[in-house]
Amino acid sequence: MSHWVVLPILMPGMLAAMIVLAARYHLLLQRVLSTGGTLALLGTAAGLAYGASDGTVTVYLLGDWAPPFGIVLVADRLSTYMVLITALLGMLILLHAMGSGWDKRGRHFHALFQFQLMGIMGAFLTGDLFNLFVFFEVLLIASYGLMIHSGGAVRLRAGTQYVLYNLLGSTLFLFALGTLYAETGTLNMADMAGRVAAIDPGASAAIRVASVLLLLVFAVKAALVPLHFWLPASYAEAPGPVAALFAIMTKVGAYAIIRIYTLVFPPDLPLTEGLHGAWLLPLALVSIGVGMIGVLAARRLDRLVAFSVIGSMGMVMTAIALMTPAGIEAALYYIAHSTFATAALFLIVDIVRERRGGHGVRVERAPPIPGGPLVAGLFFAAAIAMAGLPPLSGFLGKLLILDAGFGSPLVVWIWAVVLASSLVAVLGFARAGSTVFWKAQEAEVADAGDTDKDVSEAETDGAPAARTPALPVIAAGGCIAVLAALTVFAGPMTGYLRATTAQLMTPQPYISSVMTAEGKPITHEDKDHGKESGHEGDSGEEAGDGHADDGSEGGH
Amino acid sequence: MELIVASAIGILTAAGLYLVMRLRTFPVILGVSLLTYAVNVFLFASGRLVVNRPPILSDASSYTDPLPQALVLTAIVISFGMTAVVVMVALGAYLSAGDDRVNADESRRDEPDAGEDRA
Repeated sequence: MSHWVVLPILMPGMLAAMIVLAARYHLLLQRVLSTGGTLALLGTAAGLAYGASDGTVTVYLLGDWAPPFGIVLVADRLSTYMVLITALLGMLILLHAMGSGWDKRGRHFHALFQFQLMGIMGAFLTGDLFNLFVFFEVLLIASYGLMIHSGGAVRLRAGTQYVLYNLLGSTLFLFALGTLYAETGTLNMADMAGRVAAIDPGASAAIRVASVLLLLVFAVKAALVPLHFWLPASYAEAPGPVAALFAIMTKVGAYAIIRIYTLVFPPDLPLTEGLHGAWLLPLALVSIGVGMIGVLAARRLDRLVAFSVIGSMGMVMTAIALMTPAGIEAALYYIAHSTFATAALFLIVDIVRERRGGHGVRVERAPPIPGGPLVAGLFFAAAIAMAGLPPLSGFLGKLLILDAGFGSPLVVWIWAVVLASSLVAVLGFARAGSTVFWKAQEAEVADAGDTDKDVSEAETDGAPAARTPALPVIAAGGCIAVLAALTVFAGPMTGYLRATTAQLMTPQPYISSVMTAEGKPITHEDKDHGKESGHEGDSGEEAGDGHADDGSEGGH
Repeated sequence: MELIVASAIGILTAAGLYLVMRLRTFPVILGVSLLTYAVNVFLFASGRLVVNRPPILSDASSYTDPLPQALVLTAIVISFGMTAVVVMVALGAYLSAGDDRVNADESRRDEPDAGEDRA
């Protein structure tokens, strides 16, 4: 069996351990290792996506233990698509972090970054629900470390809230998993799909509760109203590149919903019929509203972008809540768009913060920043993309969602909210952009009209912030270039996503690929009982890895 | 037996949720710990309550499900690590800000970025 599938998980994990052990005090070596590793990750992700593009579902057995007790990794079109997005995003963010010097401001940035990538890749590739929980924890604990990177009172306070909220989410995940195991007797997603379909509808109360609990857990990750309260403070206070990386973490929640609710609880299953139809779509529309109101109300650029993340996740959830092939396809396109638009905006906000000195990212008049026109142009492009104006991919994404909304009874509401959200987002971004970039020019002209003394004061104000490294700007520009590519290649992309959705909506090939995978032969001649202790061993390994990670962080 | 286990899970969850909604960090962390105890007992009970049976497939005629016990071990280890992390982060926040309030200080949010607040 091909070992390429486990490489996106193994490579960042071992690289992170190597960085902590061998390159702890050598920043240049850390940077070289991290960049090389992320480039290799990008190549592997591209290869995996190519391998899955013809519809093959590659199943990888961890430890060669046979499913359903052994843990499997499954590389189908959806998993490899998300892995590719993450690898590309990771590369761009790493460039920004190195160029802006964020990795110097605290310890262990690169190790935590690689662990985070490992957790995200694992969450996308796994085919076992408890393994999904374990990889969620890996990515969360790395994100805790990254969130408080370089410290500061405000950041630590926001970090405490972020950690506590996510601990509660993890506890809820465990409750849901316990209920699911009690009802179905398995944790493997493919096996669970078969067993859930065989449950007697008369005795279905517990499984219905479990499916809604699971949906709530993923809704916490995806920042669906009213479970979104953790997002604005955390994303605004996180370091710039870290907030950009967090853009893919909300998408993990959306991916998990798509995966579970097309595979284990498909839309046509009578057992879970109507469980989430009544409230998921309205809540998604409310999320769009909350996000856009936040964009309009924000007095700081970082809060503005954080609320626009809530709005764009609302758009993704609207498309997913439709539960039709057109809806899922629109959601997948919008996931790619939203990830890179959010990342571009957070990177640009970070550039503005670096160059603006005492005024930070508050939306107010300030002297113009060095390199202002270029940064302003990038902000303009990213804002157009996020608000959903033509010609960038936000417009196409919203078109796809509007088109997919036709079959739903709430179609009028969907159209109204999506279009109004575009208008409100345009207003919010335009006001912020013009205050931060255009009115800065007016302030300079007004200052220049005063005495020479004022002009020289303005110059000395600008001097400390005159460092204008190019790499962060290149990274932000790279994100916008990806958005442009998403627009130009929208045709082939939507064709590929249509095939992905078709593969998702007919889960039988996935289920049979997993269930017929053959592991190592088990003999019962001795009392050494392979299957049970094998699964314990795998879980113990996962737990052991997680424990070792925590130990190394605590030890420093 | 079921009454005892179910009551234990319920009481631990209730106490944990009550503590989680306090305004200081230390009770919140205690509440999260109580919740993890509750969920661990719940996971253990998902393998059905069986008395006096080994979790090993052996010559004995019956056994108890070992898989939830493995799940509980994993969950305990993960939440142990998470509790350590949250205590460290909360301690850092307490030492930096001088108090351990959970809520962000709304009144100070739009003040100029003081040098030590945002590195």
